[in-house]
Amino acid sequence: MFKPLALVAAVLTAFSLNAFAKTELTVYTALEAEQLKTYKKAFEQANLDVEIKWVRDSTGIITAKLLAEKDRPQADVVWGLAASSLAILDQQGMLDSYAPKDLDKIGKNYRDAANPPAWVGMDVWAATICFNTVEAEKQGLSKPVSWQDLTKPDYKGKIVMPNPASSGTGFLDVSAWLQTFGEKQGWQYMDDLHQNIGQYVHSGSKPCKLAASGEFPIGISFEYPAVQLKRQGAPLDIILPKEGLGWDIEATAVIKGTSHADAARKLADFSASPAAMELYKDNFAVLAQPGIAKPQTELPADYEQRLIKNDFAWASKNRDSILAEWRKRYDGKSEKVAGQ
Amino acid sequence: MGDRLFVVGGKVLWLGLLVVAVLLPLLAIFWRGFSSEAGQGGGLVAARELLTSANFHWLLGNSLKVSLSVAAIVVPLAYLFAYALQRTMIPGKVIWRGVSLLPLMAPSMLPGIALVYLFGNQGLLRGLLSDNIYGFWGIVLGEVIYTFPHALMILLSALSLADARLFDAASSMGASPARAFRSITWPATRQAVFAAFCLVFTLTITDFGVPVVVGGDYQVLALEAYKAVVGQQQFGRGALIGMVLLLPALFSFGVDAWLRRRQGDAMSGRAQVFRPLPSRSRDGCYLAIVLLICAALLLVFGMAVYSSLVKFWPYNLSLSLNHYQFEDTAGGGWLAYRNSLTLALCTALIGSVLIFTGAYLMEKTRGQQGLNLALRLLSFVPMAVPGLVLGLGYVFFFNLSGNPLHVFYGSMALLVVCTIAHYLTTAQMTATTALRQLDVEFEAAALSLKAPLYRHYLKVTVPICLPALLDILRYLFVSAMTTVSAAIFLYSPDTILAAVAVLNMDDAGNVGGAAAMSTLILFTSGSVSLLLAWASRGALRRSQAWRQTAPGQ
Amino acid sequence: MNTALTQPGAPMKVRGIQKRFGAFTALDNVSLDVAAGELVCLLGPSGCGKTTLLRCIAGLERQDSGELYLGERDVSALPPQARDYGILFQSYALFPNLTVEANIGYGLTGCGRDEVRTRVGQMLELVGLLGSEKKYPGQLSGGQQQRVALARALAPAPSLLLLDEPMSALDARVREHLCTELRQLQRRLGITTLMVTHNQDEAMLMADRIAVMNNGKVEQYATPQEIYDRPATPFVAEFVGQGNWLPFSRNSASHAQVGGMNLRLADDAGHATSGRLFCRPEAISVNPPVHEENLFPAKVREITFLGNRCRMSFELEQLPGHPLLAELAPEAMPRLGAQDILVALPPRSLQVFA
Repeated sequence: MFKPLALVAAVLTAFSLNAFAKTELTVYTALEAEQLKTYKKAFEQANLDVEIKWVRDSTGIITAKLLAEKDRPQADVVWGLAASSLAILDQQGMLDSYAPKDLDKIGKNYRDAANPPAWVGMDVWAATICFNTVEAEKQGLSKPVSWQDLTKPDYKGKIVMPNPASSGTGFLDVSAWLQTFGEKQGWQYMDDLHQNIGQYVHSGSKPCKLAASGEFPIGISFEYPAVQLKRQGAPLDIILPKEGLGWDIEATAVIKGTSHADAARKLADFSASPAAMELYKDNFAVLAQPGIAKPQTELPADYEQRLIKNDFAWASKNRDSILAEWRKRYDGKSEKVAGQ
Repeated sequence: MGDRLFVVGGKVLWLGLLVVAVLLPLLAIFWRGFSSEAGQGGGLVAARELLTSANFHWLLGNSLKVSLSVAAIVVPLAYLFAYALQRTMIPGKVIWRGVSLLPLMAPSMLPGIALVYLFGNQGLLRGLLSDNIYGFWGIVLGEVIYTFPHALMILLSALSLADARLFDAASSMGASPARAFRSITWPATRQAVFAAFCLVFTLTITDFGVPVVVGGDYQVLALEAYKAVVGQQQFGRGALIGMVLLLPALFSFGVDAWLRRRQGDAMSGRAQVFRPLPSRSRDGCYLAIVLLICAALLLVFGMAVYSSLVKFWPYNLSLSLNHYQFEDTAGGGWLAYRNSLTLALCTALIGSVLIFTGAYLMEKTRGQQGLNLALRLLSFVPMAVPGLVLGLGYVFFFNLSGNPLHVFYGSMALLVVCTIAHYLTTAQMTATTALRQLDVEFEAAALSLKAPLYRHYLKVTVPICLPALLDILRYLFVSAMTTVSAAIFLYSPDTILAAVAVLNMDDAGNVGGAAAMSTLILFTSGSVSLLLAWASRGALRRSQAWRQTAPGQ
Repeated sequence: MNTALTQPGAPMKVRGIQKRFGAFTALDNVSLDVAAGELVCLLGPSGCGKTTLLRCIAGLERQDSGELYLGERDVSALPPQARDYGILFQSYALFPNLTVEANIGYGLTGCGRDEVRTRVGQMLELVGLLGSEKKYPGQLSGGQQQRVALARALAPAPSLLLLDEPMSALDARVREHLCTELRQLQRRLGITTLMVTHNQDEAMLMADRIAVMNNGKVEQYATPQEIYDRPATPFVAEFVGQGNWLPFSRNSASHAQVGGMNLRLADDAGHATSGRLFCRPEAISVNPPVHEENLFPAKVREITFLGNRCRMSFELEQLPGHPLLAELAPEAMPRLGAQDILVALPPRSLQVFA
């Protein structure tokens, strides 16, 4: 009497187990929120047995979170975090070195130098100025062409930029200025720029959105939101300053000690694959795998050449001290002299 | 035997819940603040460094300046408004009272967002403001709007207690209305004014919703705590700031209790209800004031709703619903809204049952003196602990590596517990006030008739106190919908809340989406409030047969 | 369920009850016996401990030491639900959201619906409120509410009835009428009853015995007659009824010196050699037609007309500075010609207190 019952039970259990056979992967990311849905769908279609659970926040916050969880990692894999941050995690021994299947296609500069690499790049994002033409005309502002231009007294209170402690974009700006102008000149530049800053915001894309809505005419941001907003019809001019653009690599890494190592590696494979590169192509002009990228119509053709020479090792080693100095100077002091 | 289980078992359970939900997290803050774990920013040395740093003094100065300004603006306005509602004959009182409740229905970010749309660089009324809205004045204006209903509630209740005989005596002795005010009204409401001042001060100094949206680079302590914990994971530093933020609440709580003891009973039992005399000039003045305040509130909230419908501010003012397409945006989307609904429903239902039954056990049963005292003390603690600090406590307590309860961290259950604990005291006071209206001897009568106490509770106490219960339900629901200061530390991607989504969207620059989600919260809270008020009226009407008092009574 | 109207009343014993609230002693070694079916009043001013004693008996307060017996049972440590009594509170404590029927039936647990209905009907008939089943307490007058509360207390047929100032919430007019009714009801049921009151008229009207309490002690426990005629202590003498106090010192075994007067005392008046004499106003005769003992001149000070009698304030000529009171029937008024009168203090009416 029990036999058919047991059979039915076994079949049902098998079915339900199968339904639960999907591995849930906790993926920490600093990718722009608008990109999350597409990336997730693409990966899950290619890997039917894995489901992504995003934990998204801005670069600084995600980095701090990962570091805080060092002893008890909650993340399985990181997909889309600044390489400068990943380098710090690597220094702390938190990453699982892994060579994804298409590693040979990835450009040498866009991956961790070690073999196997601790992190592998996806795309590059670089500093861009968003300039609201309507507001500029209303307020009689001339178009800046260089970083130095931004320290002109005309722009007092009219510039927004991301806070480097919380935003990866902000950090790459500061790192670039220090590297381009030298340490002493770099801080001097930032002191002068600080007088013109209307507000420091927490996310990298917000300055461009503020510029698009005309709240502040000039926003120091990066190219992805600039391009998106211009496509939506915002009255923006995209400016790539003369001295060169700071940049960082968005990269992927597997967390050491994850209980879903196989699934995590599948994600790492996907992230470096040509299929993924097709995804990134829509959003970024420079990809980790050379030869796929198509130029974005809104950006000038020589975009890649404008990127400065970037020493990531130096940036990640000095990140803490740079941020501390930045905070000391600009964050949390009775600052701007007048006309707040 | 059933009684013993109900009473003693119930009290012990309630005590256990309070200890875990209120006491231990608070202790965890102190522990974290003073433990010198590396990289956490805590410990005595770090404390001394923090307290003596120029940065801290600047932050503290800012916070104090803002909070004092807000209190100095809000309390007189609320006093005038309350006076108009209680002591004059202006028409439409129900409408004005309703409008004054608007800020309660939305998270504190909403006034901030609306202010940006009104007075920001692209604001509708930009011309009216000479200076930038971002910074000191933005925070002050936003907090004035946010804290107005809280101050109003206290002053309304104080001004409602008026003994007609005193006024009759004063006027028969020839005292002018001004003199009557100085000698009768002011002394009776002095303590409430102080209480309102302290409440507004505490609410402002611990709120970071408004500073995040409209503060610009004007930093305040509450924001610093948030940045320390969420932004930099420096728990020790966060705990230290949390302890500093605990001080104004503790101080005002202590002074308030002391003043209350000195004041004694508010009204003599034989006082007669005061009915104000009509006076055109006075009523005209007060109506103007009330209209101005209500107009300001409607402007702000109307702006928020309008801005959520505008396609692309300020260049494309056509109306559209695309800001409400939450799926494609950062911050949580419709999941956040659904989570908030779940949180609000669970908090309201579970919270009212627990709190009301707990209040009943404390108020109406004898014996277990020690237990009662412990319960009473513990239930007053949440009133002295701002939401931000409580949230921090929960982070520290439930994040402790050895803690078996760690598994709850990030879960909806913990959010529900935290929210109930946060709003416990006010709900409990409502319950206790209602319970005290019941005849003291009800329970004695029931016991003498050998009826089990839980049966008496369900058959007599709950039906009589139904209006108060519905009040508590409404209060807990709306509070849970709009809370952000504790939840911001306790959510996980699965349990993200609507108010948190508002913050995230604003942070990412999606101000339209933030306005949309805030409007959604506003309408949900508003509808549920109206629904419950209607239900309460219905319940009252149906029980009208026995709610009248006897002729000779 | 017991279909009799009530159980035969059980005797109640209170032995050495002690109760303190902090430094204040509310009950100081109080002992009392109440016979089955008796109505005993606890009478005294506020703060004397009468309500505390009632609440200890009910189990609503816990005595510090002492025993309580209901019938044969020692109920000293039992919670209220385990004792067997009905209680009527000053405020009646009727449940406002339940009908009269539901209120009265409240204590009838474990009975079928028909039984409950029958019982409720019985109780309503007993208190004279048949037909009010579906009304709510808020729709009844004060007197009616009291009767419903009584019916509720009696419905479970307890063996003891406790009344806590039952008349204090009622108008004076209604009060006397209800006192009589309540007394008749109690007699009919034969239920042992303990009543607390501060109103001596009620106590005198209703009680079989009165326990006069002061400062946590029972000063006298006797029938109303004895309490009035032979008060055991000065407090009882003054608390119940009016009285005159005359300072005295003994002249002999049978005579006392009061002021300039030599009064003869009754043989059982008391033994003290000095102190005060107590005399009820109505015992004093004014301008008696026949010569009486202890007759002395006095001066009238004031006469107050009280309807069915007159109260006269006077001063004995040989005891100046001591205003005294006498009560007269209105017919006696014409006999008073002028201010000078003669008053007689019958020896029987004089009681000696130390």
